[in-house]
Amino acid sequence: MISTRQLAYRYAGGVELRFDDIDVAQGGVLLLQGASGAGKSTWLALAAGLLRPGDGDMAVAGQSINALRKVAGDAWRARSIGFLPQKLHLSAALTVHGNLAMAQWAAGDMQDDQRIAEALSALGVHDLAQRKPAQLSGGQAQRVALARAVLLQPKVILADEPTASLDDEAAQASLALLQATAIRQGATLVIATHDARATAFFAGNPCQKGLQRLRVGRKQL
Amino acid sequence: MKTIVFSWRYLWSRPLAAALNLLLLSLGLASITFLLLVSHQINQAFERDLAGIDVVVGAKGSPMQLILSGVFQLDVPTGNIPLAAVKALQSHPQVAQVIPISMGDSFRGFRIVGTTLDYVRHYDAQLAQGVLWKSSMQAVLGARVARQSGLKVGDTFTGTHGLAAGGHAHGQSPYTVTGILAPNGSVLDRLVLTPTESVWQVHEADTALDDEDRQVMADEREVTLALIEYKTPLAAVTFPRFINTTTDLQAAAPALEITRLLSLVGVGIDVLRALAGVLLLTAGLSVFIALWSAVRERRADLALLRMLGAPPRKVAGLLLCEALWLAMLATVLGVLAGQGLTALLAWGLQLEKSVLIGTLSWPVELISVPVLALGVAVASALLPAWEAYRVSVFELLQSR
Repeated sequence: MISTRQLAYRYAGGVELRFDDIDVAQGGVLLLQGASGAGKSTWLALAAGLLRPGDGDMAVAGQSINALRKVAGDAWRARSIGFLPQKLHLSAALTVHGNLAMAQWAAGDMQDDQRIAEALSALGVHDLAQRKPAQLSGGQAQRVALARAVLLQPKVILADEPTASLDDEAAQASLALLQATAIRQGATLVIATHDARATAFFAGNPCQKGLQRLRVGRKQL
Repeated sequence: MKTIVFSWRYLWSRPLAAALNLLLLSLGLASITFLLLVSHQINQAFERDLAGIDVVVGAKGSPMQLILSGVFQLDVPTGNIPLAAVKALQSHPQVAQVIPISMGDSFRGFRIVGTTLDYVRHYDAQLAQGVLWKSSMQAVLGARVARQSGLKVGDTFTGTHGLAAGGHAHGQSPYTVTGILAPNGSVLDRLVLTPTESVWQVHEADTALDDEDRQVMADEREVTLALIEYKTPLAAVTFPRFINTTTDLQAAAPALEITRLLSLVGVGIDVLRALAGVLLLTAGLSVFIALWSAVRERRADLALLRMLGAPPRKVAGLLLCEALWLAMLATVLGVLAGQGLTALLAWGLQLEKSVLIGTLSWPVELISVPVLALGVAVASALLPAWEAYRVSVFELLQSR
């Protein structure tokens, strides 16, 4: 589902970041670990097709990232990648329902209210559909953002620091929700985190399709 | 949902900025609409009243005054001319028609004009009620005079000396209303028309003591001026010069004088136009600032749209569409406000018994209002839209 070979990215300054090879099966979980600034974002951006590899190969959901073209890349990303950002970026101008409709608009799809209702129901926030993001609690907002991420049933879910600034209980709930959603969708889950609680969570809640870890860190040239 | 719906929501997510921009843009467009409508309507009123009048002959003085008083019934006349001179004009080979105009009295601020039936026919005026006059001391009222005074066919009234209300009343010589004209937008709407003889009769009856006086006065009869239609356009070259050099009269060509007048007024209109332009420019700048700060504020939101798969042009289109909404709303508000202002001016001019301008008109020139609105909106949205186009999704990952 996700595999990399000698993947490297070159920053504008000429600094090169190399990543270890990895193979994640469909439905598997990948924990992307490393300190802040270690390159987790870069790896996520590569996986989402936002950056191109400087060296080596990367394939995500059956698509070679190296071969991805700009415009086609947008359409591919819309259908294949569900992204849960650390800051949720729910649009304050729109309702919860509108925020999900926007994802369909961004992907170039017709608005499908039934699909939106299903996605909200699956995450238990159906009754919040007409609220504005400002009226949601932190947990509710994350559920809405996750519903938006998986609205188009992507094969890969990328979560960027989903437990940052959460207390232990909320962090547990957040990870459980991600795992359950990925299992329901049959999606591969990638969690970028420097939070030890994530490791602990997956130790206690084993993944059927396997759990892998990729430690990201700048290597000396 | 469509782009237009999302952009609408985004626009009103900052209601204060949106309302301010809308107000500024609408004000600029309203001024432009107002200027367009007024100059269009005044031109139309001038054209209507001027139609077919090639030259005006009256007493020596300012030619523009002669035109304003004789054709548009706005200014006071330059003086009187002998009836004999006007009769002589009638037999001039280049003259097709002479319409004598005598003024000096008024009725409740409306001018009483002594003339011939040719004057009524010249403007194709139709009777709404009654008949045209058959003898002196009968009068036909213009539509607005009738409406404002409430006089009906068969009623009598007396004129007041002078063109303004409040002069000496000619009490012994009442006029009888024989007809009322249907409104036709020409100068006739605000006139009381009567045969030329009535005007002589009123003044002679007031001053003559005996038959001898009357005879003297009859010999010295005068009219105020004469509206003349040429037989051939070539007359325009020679006829005015002939009048101005060989007689004590003055000939003024309305077309020439109106062009002169409009070029004088034109400076004022240009100043107003420049003001409206400055308003629009300010509005454009304000829209630009609002959209620019919106892009700055929503950078990460816009990046998320890219993450969700929206191509750059779609994100930029969202911004552009916001500006288009503003342009559309401002066009509607601006045109409505401009029409309202024009109606207000029309109402004011009507109270002044001045040039008629209609309340509602949609001249073709009005198309420039939405075009301007569109231009200003698109121009001010261009840079923000470009900024939105360039938003990098990578920023989203780093906005921690």
